[in-house]
Amino acid sequence: MEHIRTTKVEQVKLLDRFSTSNKSLTGTLYLTATHLLFIDSHQKETWILHHHIASVEKLALTTSGCPLVIQCKNFRIVHFIVPRERDCHDIYNSLLQLSKQAKYEDLYAFSYNPKQNDSERLQGWQVIDLAEEYKRMGVPNSHWQLSDANREYKICETYPRELYVPQIASKPIIVGSSKFRSKGRFPVLSYYHQDKEAAICRCSQPLSGFSARCLEDEHLLQAISKANPVNRYMYVMDTRPKLNAMANRAAGKGYENEDNYSNIRFQFVGIENIHVMRSSLQKLLEVSGTKGLSVNDFYSGLESSGWLRHIKAVMDAAIFLAKAIMVENASVLVHCSDGWDRTSQVCSLGSLLLDSYYRTIKGFMVRIYSLVLSGGVRCGHLDGDPKEVSPVFTQFLECVWHLTEQFPQAFEFNEEFLLQIHEHIHSCQFGNFLGNCQKEREELKLKEKTYSLWPFLLEDQKKYINPLYSFKSQRFTVLEPNTVSFNFKFWRNMYHQFDRTLHPRQSVFNIIMNMNEQNKQLQKDIQDLESKIKQRKNKQTDGVLTKELLHSVCPESPTLKTSLRFKEQTLLPVNDALRTIEGSSPADNRYSEYAEEFSKPEPAVVSLEYGVARMTC
Amino acid sequence: MEFAELIKTPRVDNVVLHRPFYPAVEGTLCLTGHHLILSSRQDNTEELWLLHSNIDAIDKTSEWRLSYVNKEFAVCPSYPPIVIVPKSIDDEALRKVAMFRHGGRFPVLSYYHKKNGMVIMRSGQPLTGTNGRRCKEDEKLINATLRAGKRGYIIDTRSLNVAQQARAKGGGFEQEAHYPQWRRIHKSIERYHILQESLIKLVEACNEQAHNMDRWLSKLEASNWLTHIKEILTTACLAAQCIDREGASILIHGTEGIDSTLQVTSLAQIILEPRSRTIRGFEALIEREWLQAGHPFQQRCAQSAYCNSKQKWEAPVFLLFLDCVWQILRQFPCSFEFNERFLTMLFEHAYASQFGTFLGNNESERCKLKLQQKTMSLWSWVNRPSELSKLTNPLFEANNLVIWPSVAPQSLQLWEGIFLRWNRTSKYLDEAYEEMVNIIEYNKELQAKVNILRRQLAELETEDGMQESP
Repeated sequence: MEHIRTTKVEQVKLLDRFSTSNKSLTGTLYLTATHLLFIDSHQKETWILHHHIASVEKLALTTSGCPLVIQCKNFRIVHFIVPRERDCHDIYNSLLQLSKQAKYEDLYAFSYNPKQNDSERLQGWQVIDLAEEYKRMGVPNSHWQLSDANREYKICETYPRELYVPQIASKPIIVGSSKFRSKGRFPVLSYYHQDKEAAICRCSQPLSGFSARCLEDEHLLQAISKANPVNRYMYVMDTRPKLNAMANRAAGKGYENEDNYSNIRFQFVGIENIHVMRSSLQKLLEVSGTKGLSVNDFYSGLESSGWLRHIKAVMDAAIFLAKAIMVENASVLVHCSDGWDRTSQVCSLGSLLLDSYYRTIKGFMVRIYSLVLSGGVRCGHLDGDPKEVSPVFTQFLECVWHLTEQFPQAFEFNEEFLLQIHEHIHSCQFGNFLGNCQKEREELKLKEKTYSLWPFLLEDQKKYINPLYSFKSQRFTVLEPNTVSFNFKFWRNMYHQFDRTLHPRQSVFNIIMNMNEQNKQLQKDIQDLESKIKQRKNKQTDGVLTKELLHSVCPESPTLKTSLRFKEQTLLPVNDALRTIEGSSPADNRYSEYAEEFSKPEPAVVSLEYGVARMTC
Repeated sequence: MEFAELIKTPRVDNVVLHRPFYPAVEGTLCLTGHHLILSSRQDNTEELWLLHSNIDAIDKTSEWRLSYVNKEFAVCPSYPPIVIVPKSIDDEALRKVAMFRHGGRFPVLSYYHKKNGMVIMRSGQPLTGTNGRRCKEDEKLINATLRAGKRGYIIDTRSLNVAQQARAKGGGFEQEAHYPQWRRIHKSIERYHILQESLIKLVEACNEQAHNMDRWLSKLEASNWLTHIKEILTTACLAAQCIDREGASILIHGTEGIDSTLQVTSLAQIILEPRSRTIRGFEALIEREWLQAGHPFQQRCAQSAYCNSKQKWEAPVFLLFLDCVWQILRQFPCSFEFNERFLTMLFEHAYASQFGTFLGNNESERCKLKLQQKTMSLWSWVNRPSELSKLTNPLFEANNLVIWPSVAPQSLQLWEGIFLRWNRTSKYLDEAYEEMVNIIEYNKELQAKVNILRRQLAELETEDGMQESP
């Protein structure tokens, strides 16, 4: 709280992001230890978690006050006008401090308290169990074993304790190989395809320079290829562009020389590095945030940002991986430079294509957990080097979204689930995404001090279920997405999730979701009614014997008949048709407000402003 | 009698009086020096006496009439025989106005907004030429559509520049000095070969599977198709906004009034009028605003994107309209009674059809071709229950609101059902659609069953109750 000097400012204006006529709402701004809260004159609340704030900017003073622009990591952008410069300055300074924490212990997760006791919290952490997951994959087995080489993080600090390696790979070989790999990240199992007996393995780049070799490393790769009884050839996928990999050789790093390794096929797949990705996303957001954007500027901006090109590259790499396993029955070793960003992305997406388990809610959580442990989510929760922050995880989620668009029935979860996960990667409200590796996570005592997100999502599962999900799909039903360019679209629901005017006003998905829920209720009602009717009938047949003689005909009263009609209740309304947008705070539930707005006889003037349809001559 | 000189008609028979909360009364209306009297002249006579000084305001409710001036297609070859015009304008005046408007297309009623009585009129451009010709009857006609003290908007679908250039060819636009109650707004909607080229480029881009992402996006952009969509939708939204928000009537025209004009008048109705979002209503809209209004289907839709000989009158004007409807349908998926297939079907039949509906360029040609006698109507086939069931939107829930679509580039999408239809498999999307329909059907079934069971149970309960009570 020491950073907060002003806790409440009145008469603050919240500008409409896309309005060209400076349309605004007036309200009161509050600053709490965790959130920035704006309540407008209609009592509508906008909650912004400090951790979500990516940048705060104070613009030049205007006649109406001092503008404050806040950009959030969940792509929300708010533009306030604070009447007094003094207040604006205070808030600005507070937010600068509050949004960038230097210590993990200051993050929201360490103070967040959802009123659970210790055992509940621990149970929450046990929802996802990687040991279970390896069992499900079918390891250990005669080809793969659990290695205790890294039990004390002695070989590789950034790897987890539990690692699976080929049965025939001895500890000296592992140690030798790790010394030949950047940051000690030697080849380990990422996914095992039980049916094909083929594996996806991961590592970092070899320290090969221009000519260096390492026999242990060559042995380890051979061991991986030997662990596949069907195909002795294995692919080594370098996810970097060839040029980047070659440049790395000058720094004593590089890529595998096919001549030194037996039975490998080396392949570059050309995914750009995190710096390129970061500036690509930046450009994308700049374009989509432009006021009065024309169609041509939008598409040329989309093109020059390169974002969809990168998404397609990641997707193509995952498809290459899945095909190697499915078509050629070959194992694949994936790496990039350090083997966390692109490698994690491609391995995760590849296994999602191969194994339908990862397309369920639970399975997806498992996949994300292993992604976190492998260092695939580095979102810069702490105030540090902004160059190490990457949108790799956002990209991963977007690839999954593209898959859900092409295969609407293949995923148990819906878009809302992806958005919710994205929200919490940056919220720092739960411990799941904190720390860059298992060692760091253990040191932070996350399981004792923070809560896990997953049980909260599971509790709300109804909201995240894809109503069209088809249970028919077998475990190894492989998705074969089509990556023709026209299949890739701008993900409006992610990058404009807080810009309500840009979205459809009625959501088919929500209607079907509610209807599915309602159907379940109706089925119950029917059972209920049927058993009640049965009871009545039984009772009657008992009674009829005695009473039938007395009341031979029982004329129906017309008044009764009509009164029965009233019992035909109108069922749950299903046209709660609007997209809800989740904030990080439970108070940010805007369902009711939307419904109310829609039920007004006239909808508010919507997007005309943005669409230039203005009354100007 | 005092004021007798002011009373032109002292008595009118068969006048109907509508009153809130009471049944209507038919009777005779009499006008005296002091009173307005309506008498039902029945046994239980009902009479209404109104002192003139008591009258606050008078509104003429029926300001419109049907005109048969174009019965022989002589006044305007591209208009139907019957049109709706302001009541106060006689046929003679219409003939004069027709001489002043491009193609004889004098202003006619396109849409009447019941909620506030505002209207959309459409016409061809005024033939002002370089020396600023005027036509008193034209000015009178247009002003006759305005209520006292009201102003209207003229939406010219051309940019000011293009409209000014049109004067050199005898065309032009309404000078504000001569139409002081009207405000002119210029919007720029493309026509003719520009649209045709846009379509050709778009289809070409969609057909190339090997394009990398940059090339695809730049080709999509270069086709300008979505820019045209945005322009048309924006203008339609503007028209609807004038009517519903500003409470102002509008006149819409471009050059000839048979292309962009119709796109705007028909889309404005989709936005404003819930009925035009039903199947029958949409069919009526196509019939009224496209076929009867004289959109030259024969010329515009003779060839499509693969044509080598580029005729200057070919243009996907109607396809753009359908695409715009699809965009609105995407944004309001429950507000339309029809589904995407309905729009696709109309697109196909507009270009090639075994039915006579879209043949010819206007009503006059269709009459000469005796299409009614010699061909079948598309609607007669579409409206068969078996066909309708395929074209019906299972999510439809009548929505009486004005629906405002977003026209932001992020909200507009490529119409995949048309442009990518043959370029990729839609198997998974179709299956998902089927599943959605199943869920909805199942829901209806369960609801019906629950209601039956509830009734059954209630009946049993009352039977029991009656058996026990006596």
